[in-house]
Amino acid sequence: MFAQTKLNIHDRHVQSLVRTLFMLMTALLILPVLAILATLIVKGGSMISWDFLFSDPTDGMTAGGIFPALLGTIWLVAVALMVSVPLGIAAAIYLSEFAPDNWMTRIINLAIINLAGVPSIVHALFGVGAFVLFFGFGTSILAASLTLAIMTLPVVIVASRESLQAVPQAFREACWNMGATRWQTIMKVVLPNAISGILTGVILEVSRTTGETAPIMFTGAAFFLPFLPESVFDQTMALSLHLFVVSTQVPNVPEALPYGVALVLISMVLLMNSISIAFRMYLRGKKKW
Amino acid sequence: MNHIQNAATAHDEPVIQTRKLNLWYGDFQALYDINLNIRKGIITSLIGPSGCGKSTFLRSVNRINERLGYVRIEGSIDVMKQNVYAPEVELVQVRKQIGMVFQRPNPLPISIRDNVLFGHNLHNRDQKTSRSEQDDIMEAALRQVLLWDKVKDRLNHKGTSLSLEEQQKLCIARLIPVKPALLLMDEPCSALDPKGTEAVEELIWELRGDYSILIVTHNMAQARRASEECIFMLMGKVVEHTSTEQMFVTPKQQQTADYIEGRYG
Ligand SMILES: Nc1ncnc2c1ncn2[C@@H]1O[C@H](COP(=O)(O)OP(=O)(O)OP(=O)(O)O)[C@@H](O)[C@H]1O
Ligand SMILES: [Mg+2]
Repeated sequence: MFAQTKLNIHDRHVQSLVRTLFMLMTALLILPVLAILATLIVKGGSMISWDFLFSDPTDGMTAGGIFPALLGTIWLVAVALMVSVPLGIAAAIYLSEFAPDNWMTRIINLAIINLAGVPSIVHALFGVGAFVLFFGFGTSILAASLTLAIMTLPVVIVASRESLQAVPQAFREACWNMGATRWQTIMKVVLPNAISGILTGVILEVSRTTGETAPIMFTGAAFFLPFLPESVFDQTMALSLHLFVVSTQVPNVPEALPYGVALVLISMVLLMNSISIAFRMYLRGKKKW
Repeated sequence: MNHIQNAATAHDEPVIQTRKLNLWYGDFQALYDINLNIRKGIITSLIGPSGCGKSTFLRSVNRINERLGYVRIEGSIDVMKQNVYAPEVELVQVRKQIGMVFQRPNPLPISIRDNVLFGHNLHNRDQKTSRSEQDDIMEAALRQVLLWDKVKDRLNHKGTSLSLEEQQKLCIARLIPVKPALLLMDEPCSALDPKGTEAVEELIWELRGDYSILIVTHNMAQARRASEECIFMLMGKVVEHTSTEQMFVTPKQQQTADYIEGRYG
């Protein structure tokens, strides 16, 4: 009665074939990632040293370190985050918790999704027009960071909104039914349960801005500066632009240098991602519902 | 609808009084001319086949139906002699005065202590309650729902970490500190196992006298055991409202008898 039939055997073969095929495709997918990392480590690993990270470039950027660019990137990303995170979270809270389900809201949601698809060079031009010229910030960290912020805003909103919507509706209703206002419900129940997801999601998305070149190139990042930025109104060097410059614009650069810069850049991104993933796993382990 | 017998006599104060209550979800009419006097200080159960409008009625008493946006209501619902649909009514006060317990226990993902004090702290922000006063309030509420001994050593654990039965008791406990005038319960035991059902039922019975309770149930035996008056609804209408005893022994309406004997499933 329970014996295998021909059809069972056939089905099992099909299944194992499909599984193997899909596994191979997955392997193909992570191959480029591993290849990139391996190349960078092999070719640029020898560059990495205390001096490389913490001293200025010398000899027309063909020797020395990358400190101004490293510091500049941190500046740019930090200021961009300070703008986009509060704004994005506020918008996400509005959209998830307050906005009525009408055509206005739907149009806003649509706009956000489309905004996420705008090419970064277009953001760059917008940044020049708006922040450098119109608001008169000049080419500065402020203008560049604001451009980055506008660019990352859609992803911050989407990531935050998803975390907010992952909080079970039953919690909100429980609060409302005890007479809490929407705002009280948000503060006491929704945000405390979503904030970790929001922050990790935001870090994950925003770490990508670390590598952006186009939006900062016309708005605040410089090829080479003999001094470190002192305020947000200064220009700055940045890792991504520095990588572009030493790979294509400067003659007689030792082969390992661009690889070294790239390795530092990608390490920063990976570091941020791992922190955010570790944090998320930690919180997920703690959550019970 | 003159065949409906109102059990409330003239000097018995009603906790809920409805007049010609009609309710529509969009074009669909879910409640027809509901005229009820539900007595204060007793447990009234609301029975009827699935889809007859029990939850709809309950939800219109504390006005959570209107969140849906497409609900229209005619007629009036007075709770403690005040029309809850009057324009000057503050919804927050409606929610405070009318506590609701749901089918699925819905404790908040905060500590047991904070769960019990949630409503209290929300509604008493203008006067400072000391930590020890809060502890007293919490203990009294947890004792009243027969949960204190079980949770007194883990008040900082999350409310969501309790068993379903304990969660449901916690959901009742958190209503007590705000001293609601009325408790609405929508099948509060149907997510629980038989043992949990019995425990929660027992608890509801204990609350009798201190609170006016309107409880929806699918469970005949529960209605019979745990209520003093009983309302039978069918297809959006009230068929019969009498003392529980009378309803189960000598129902006036044929439809009631049919339902009680299990002919509607
Ligand atoms: N949100 C809603 N939108 C539209 N129609 C609804 C909604 N909620 C309930 N209804 C309809 O109203 C009628 C009464 O529903 P209600 O949930 O009040 O019944 P009930 O007696 O509580 O049933 P049950 O015993 O299954 O819980 C049903 O026909 C149902 O389909
Ligand atoms: Mg129901």
